[in-house]
Amino acid sequence: MSVPDNHVPGGAESHGDENSLRARAEAEWRAAYEAAPSRQAGFETMSGIPLAAVHGDPPYPGQFPYTRGIYPAMYRSRLWTMRLFAGMGTAADTNLRFKALLEAGGTGLSTAFDMPTLMGRDSDHPWAVGEVGRAGVAIDTVADMEDLFAGIDLGGVSTSMTINGPANILMAMYIVTGERGGTERRRLSGTIQNDILKEYQAQKEYIFPPRPSIRLVCDLIRFTTAEMPRWHPISISGYHIREAGSTAAQELAFTLANGFAYVEAAMAAGLDVDDFAGRLSFFFNSHIDFFEEIGKYRAARRIWAHWMRERYGARRERSLQLRFHTQTAGVSLTAQQPEVNIARVAAQALAAVLGGTQSLHTDSYDEALALPTERAARIALRTQQVIAHETGAPNVADPLGGAAFVEWMTDEMERRATEVFEHLDKLGEGSILEGVYEGIANGYFVGEIADSAYRFEREVNAGRRIIVGVNACTDGDDGDTPILYIDEEVEAQQLARLAEVRRRRDGDAVAAALGRLVSDAADPTVNLMVPIIDCVRVEATEGEITGALEGVFGTYTEPAIV
Amino acid sequence: MTGAAGSAAPGEQAGTQPVRVVLAKLGLDGHDRGLKVVARMLRDAGLEVIYLGLRQTTESILSAVEQEDAEVIGLSIHNGGHLTLAPRMVEAVRAAGLDVPVVVGGIVPDKDLERLRTAGVFAVLGPGASAAEVAQRVRAAAAGRP
Amino acid sequence: MNADAAAGQVAGLFEQALGGDRRALGRLLTQVERGGPPADAVATAAWPLAGGAHIVGITGAPGVGKSTLCDGLAKAATSDGRRVAILAVDPSSPLTGGAILGDRIRMPSAASHDGPFVRSMASRGQSGGLALAALAAVRLLDATGHDLIVVETVGIGQVETDIARTADTTIVVVSPGWGDAVQANKAGLLEMAEILVVNKADRAGAGDARRDLEHMLDLGHRGEWRPPVTLTAATDGEGIDELYKNVQGHRRHLTETGPRVDGRARQAAEEVRRHLHHWGDLTVDQPSEETEALFADVAAGRLAPSAAARTLLAGIEPDTAGEVIGA
Repeated sequence: MSVPDNHVPGGAESHGDENSLRARAEAEWRAAYEAAPSRQAGFETMSGIPLAAVHGDPPYPGQFPYTRGIYPAMYRSRLWTMRLFAGMGTAADTNLRFKALLEAGGTGLSTAFDMPTLMGRDSDHPWAVGEVGRAGVAIDTVADMEDLFAGIDLGGVSTSMTINGPANILMAMYIVTGERGGTERRRLSGTIQNDILKEYQAQKEYIFPPRPSIRLVCDLIRFTTAEMPRWHPISISGYHIREAGSTAAQELAFTLANGFAYVEAAMAAGLDVDDFAGRLSFFFNSHIDFFEEIGKYRAARRIWAHWMRERYGARRERSLQLRFHTQTAGVSLTAQQPEVNIARVAAQALAAVLGGTQSLHTDSYDEALALPTERAARIALRTQQVIAHETGAPNVADPLGGAAFVEWMTDEMERRATEVFEHLDKLGEGSILEGVYEGIANGYFVGEIADSAYRFEREVNAGRRIIVGVNACTDGDDGDTPILYIDEEVEAQQLARLAEVRRRRDGDAVAAALGRLVSDAADPTVNLMVPIIDCVRVEATEGEITGALEGVFGTYTEPAIV
Repeated sequence: MTGAAGSAAPGEQAGTQPVRVVLAKLGLDGHDRGLKVVARMLRDAGLEVIYLGLRQTTESILSAVEQEDAEVIGLSIHNGGHLTLAPRMVEAVRAAGLDVPVVVGGIVPDKDLERLRTAGVFAVLGPGASAAEVAQRVRAAAAGRP
Repeated sequence: MNADAAAGQVAGLFEQALGGDRRALGRLLTQVERGGPPADAVATAAWPLAGGAHIVGITGAPGVGKSTLCDGLAKAATSDGRRVAILAVDPSSPLTGGAILGDRIRMPSAASHDGPFVRSMASRGQSGGLALAALAAVRLLDATGHDLIVVETVGIGQVETDIARTADTTIVVVSPGWGDAVQANKAGLLEMAEILVVNKADRAGAGDARRDLEHMLDLGHRGEWRPPVTLTAATDGEGIDELYKNVQGHRRHLTETGPRVDGRARQAAEEVRRHLHHWGDLTVDQPSEETEALFADVAAGRLAPSAAARTLLAGIEPDTAGEVIGA
């Protein structure tokens, strides 16, 4: 190989101080790069041209402010994690899928819950009719959680749970499931979404008002920081903000502002920023405007690093590094000519990889119509594998870094996000957390998102924005895509399961545990994870625990902003 | 034109009165992007939208329809709940002795369209419907024409 | 539609509405909004029966929490055994005439059949017309047995002033901070307030806002009734009972000082004039025996203001009237 793969080309024209700074950055990068693992011996193009690991100017990947990526070798060390979201029907159904995934060599389990579970309600709640097990797995009690993970060693897998309003309850159920199966909580590994702020702004799966909800978020962060070192207590999500109709810059700005808000809340709850910041992770959307998305990811890392160091005084390198998961934009998928979505997903997935994501979920082409069929889900995974193994895109870290347009886009994203931070900072009189509370209360977030969504819709309507198969190139839609139907038996099975648990458990113990939870909830100094775990142990249902907390905290109603 | 009470007086009532439509989501699903976009489309087409938003029940929708004297109910359905939620709304309207058409917006697979029509849903507006089409179908529903 | 046909159509619905049929009441309100002979017929039917309700106007800037307060007030009054109606008035789009009426979102008690009767009303063009339509709607709600009628309006304009003039009790809502109190003062809102509310009192600056308001009242308030300043956190229900008490207190004050009864004749004349004014910038320059008799009929509940205005209009020169009709 004529070029060593740790050589940094370019920069021959530099002089003096600049030259020595550059030499230092390069030396530091090289040392870090050499210390990092490599997934193969050397990297070259398909024609046999050897490739350097990085090109262009410092700061290099792995160097503050991490615009170019958080690791020196990026995907040369390790490809991103290819995640699949699983969960539908009863816990037992999903358990079978989990086991199949693990047998196929997977180590990460990603759970989707059904709407009643996401909203803290039991399967027999009047609102749950028609929703049980439909868009994810139904969990009412710890018994369901035990079914979900039956026969799986919780110490040996990493579990991701997409749950927010009732995150503490599901976390408690997972902990008790571990306990009963002989896995101590300190050995449990995984991520819980637990990002309540974006619920008020976008996804609308809230239960309690914002302030008590933030207390619950902080209780979970405090608990896992102290007792569960392998757990990621929050995944700060822009995905849903974008799906609700925001622009890329709004997604970036609102998500990072929420991140700052959690940092402020956790610090106010008495945690040291470096004790928890390294366990925060993010979740972004990858929409269809290719370079805008790449600029967004790069700007996100840069903003986070600066704010964590300069505003919140973080010192550990890990606290400064923004790690993120990406999912392609569900909202960009069309019901018309759905196979064309495969092309959209491919472009979006490539943007995420070129933007330096740590993990990626690719949508299935049929998701605009229904939950994905297995075939469609497989094509989605294969799309990632093509990018990983055929395109060569992962062989050079931040391959677009230094391109004038990409750097400009990155700067522009940062500039627009900074305007939002300034607004929120002013709104909160020097506190982003207070600014976010106020922005939720006065409808700022929902109003901005609704404005963007409507602007987009009008552009499509007027034909100023082309969507292939929707307002152009519309011939050839045969409307014959096979879609998945959920067995309507699921609801009956789950109701029977819930009734059985209610019958067999010790009612007095449940009442006592719920009573204690109510009195603890009224005392803001108590970490509610403890009484919630106690409720779960005696098989209180998710709905009962939610109800007890609602009695103290109240229920949230959205602002009347359309 | 639109006429405020009295502004058309002392003659007849003003010819075109804004159609009043109740927009809501039934059930737990929180996806309200489509509902909000449609609300604005209808406002911009000159309709009056009584916006109920998320997590309504058939009772709360009927209550609003009665008090607001709405001519159309618009339901937005996202998570594949169309086969349960939409017919339930139609049945509730009938049980209350009302004659108010139900229009469904959202993604409904072609093979389910007939089931919804049979169940009494007036119209289904898919994701490709233009603003003009949405307004036209809602107006047609108010006028009782398919 | 001629007046007789309109009256016939309205009469049946009116009977049903009197019997508590909400659907019939909803239909009648639509007639009121649309105007013309059916609206006159509704007004004629409602006018003699109206006058018993306590009419409360509630106004303030967007987002200050008016709807949530209305809901709280409605709950307090309902549990006090009173029948409550809420009229939520929002602007129409001046460009398209359409409107998004979202106040019910913040009124969860409106969702049930035994909750308050809630009607959303769009301004549909000119504010003068809206004020008249809102007034007619209030009369109808009054006549159909609602004893507390809350009229919610947004912001500070002619509509608010007109409605406030009609309300027995006007509540002006501000939020803490943001110089809300100062703005409200500048806009002349405080002058029309009988009750002041600092909502979202759980936020910083609520105490300051209250102090600012009290200070402005020290400087500016006239008359026997000094508007109480109530702190509320409507989303938690805090301060709602006190607000309801203050509403009741102001009603007692009105009864004791007696302007309601005496004011009815004046109000009747005022309302007839407003109809005329709205139709064509017409005024009753020289009170004649005929106009005085009409005003008396109105005051006595025998004739609706709009009908009286129409009678007067018929006596005005055909040219002018023709112009109005064609407008």
